[in-house]
Amino acid sequence: MSEYHLRTPLDEATVRRLQLEDRVYLNGSLFGIRDATQIRIFDEGVCPPTDLRGAACIHTAPGVKKLADGRYEKISIGTTTSTRMDRFAPGLLHEYGVRAIVGKAGLLAGSVEAMKEFGAVYLAIVGGAAALETLQIEEIENVWWEDLMPECLWKFRVREFGPLIVAIDAHGGSLYQRVQEQVAERIKSMNLA
Amino acid sequence: MATIYDNLEQAARDLYIRALQDIPPDVRSALRRGLAAEEQQNNSTAEQVMLTILNNIDVADQHQTLVCQDTGLPIFNVMVGAAAAVSIPELKLALRRGCERATRERPLRSNTVHPLTRKHTGTNTGEGIPVIHLDFVPGSDEILLQIAPKGSGSENMSFLRMLNPSDGIKGIHKFVLHCIFEAGARPCPPVIVGIGLGGTSDVAAGLAKQASSFRKIGSSNPDPDVAKLERELLDEINRTGLGPQGLGGATTALAVHIEWAHTHISQNPVAVNLQCWRGERAEAIVSSSGDIRPQ
Repeated sequence: MSEYHLRTPLDEATVRRLQLEDRVYLNGSLFGIRDATQIRIFDEGVCPPTDLRGAACIHTAPGVKKLADGRYEKISIGTTTSTRMDRFAPGLLHEYGVRAIVGKAGLLAGSVEAMKEFGAVYLAIVGGAAALETLQIEEIENVWWEDLMPECLWKFRVREFGPLIVAIDAHGGSLYQRVQEQVAERIKSMNLA
Repeated sequence: MATIYDNLEQAARDLYIRALQDIPPDVRSALRRGLAAEEQQNNSTAEQVMLTILNNIDVADQHQTLVCQDTGLPIFNVMVGAAAAVSIPELKLALRRGCERATRERPLRSNTVHPLTRKHTGTNTGEGIPVIHLDFVPGSDEILLQIAPKGSGSENMSFLRMLNPSDGIKGIHKFVLHCIFEAGARPCPPVIVGIGLGGTSDVAAGLAKQASSFRKIGSSNPDPDVAKLERELLDEINRTGLGPQGLGGATTALAVHIEWAHTHISQNPVAVNLQCWRGERAEAIVSSSGDIRPQ
């Protein structure tokens, strides 16, 4: 197990180096996306108004307070369940060049394959640990599609954002899948059938 | 002078915020035991997850911030003393106003949307929300108010199965473990597993919610047979190895709580409701004389 302190944007060689269960801390920019954001991009075919090549994206809908000058103050920024948005992940990689998805509960087999092909990773955050995440997000730098509030496209500036655990690597490995297989095996051995 | 309804509104507002910021002591202790278990078994990733959870709780304490960004849907249990001079429709309105004030004043992210149009109400209240369960106790003139602002990652992992009576207790074990497997990492394990046994389908689901979201960790069901099943299921669930955040480890559940009701000869209903590691809840007593005593 290794520990990496990475700066965005991320390149392919950097993410290919990461192995399952490695620890990652992110510095630089992190883009917030959720169900409605990706419905707009992929189902409604609206191109994101910012360059996502090499980006790290997080599945979130932050709690914020709008200030008089139009900027947003962070109240509570945490992470939502990624599996709900699994179908959008391959498009984020292949069409827009995203290199890391941060979330909780993982992605399914098709996304694992897309991460292998394109060179991207899934970084597991500790779901529910929003107090810590909010502290590590220095500022809300930008927001697009405010009509989707709180599921806008957000740009956060982060410092030492983590610990994140490499849970899907860029070589077809998935920690979730490995654990699920073990769980199924252990339940079977309990002879409840 | 503040009326009892002003006090109920204030208590509802304060409890909603407190439940999201201040993790109950029994949940904290269970999380620390989870960390110790992972350390003992040298589960490095699980240990990292448990450390981060406990660190996050400390950060929320120090900075008075929300533990998780999911401000949930507010669910109240209200125990009204039979001697309390209170109008129930007014009490319900007071709790609703309390949720709206917490949302506006803290501010809290609002989660309430219309199920078809997905249009936001913006207040964390709406049709049927807050959920209010009322009960009455003899003798007292006080009102006990409990809130669990249930988060959605865990609530989406809810299950109901009308088993056959012939499936027996073994069928219950099998179904509960199936639920844990199906839910996987999504409900933010380590979870509190709430199980409703018996009743009708709606009763079983309601009992499962009470078990997951309102019972203290360390409590066991007063019925010895039910308490035995709680212990057995906790052991089985933790032997699956799903672990914290579904990344593997010894701590999949912090507790298994079962609530039950009698059922029909031809029924064997089992409902499972999961609560995430945050175990958010808070309570206070509102007295007729006007004081609010946080519990």
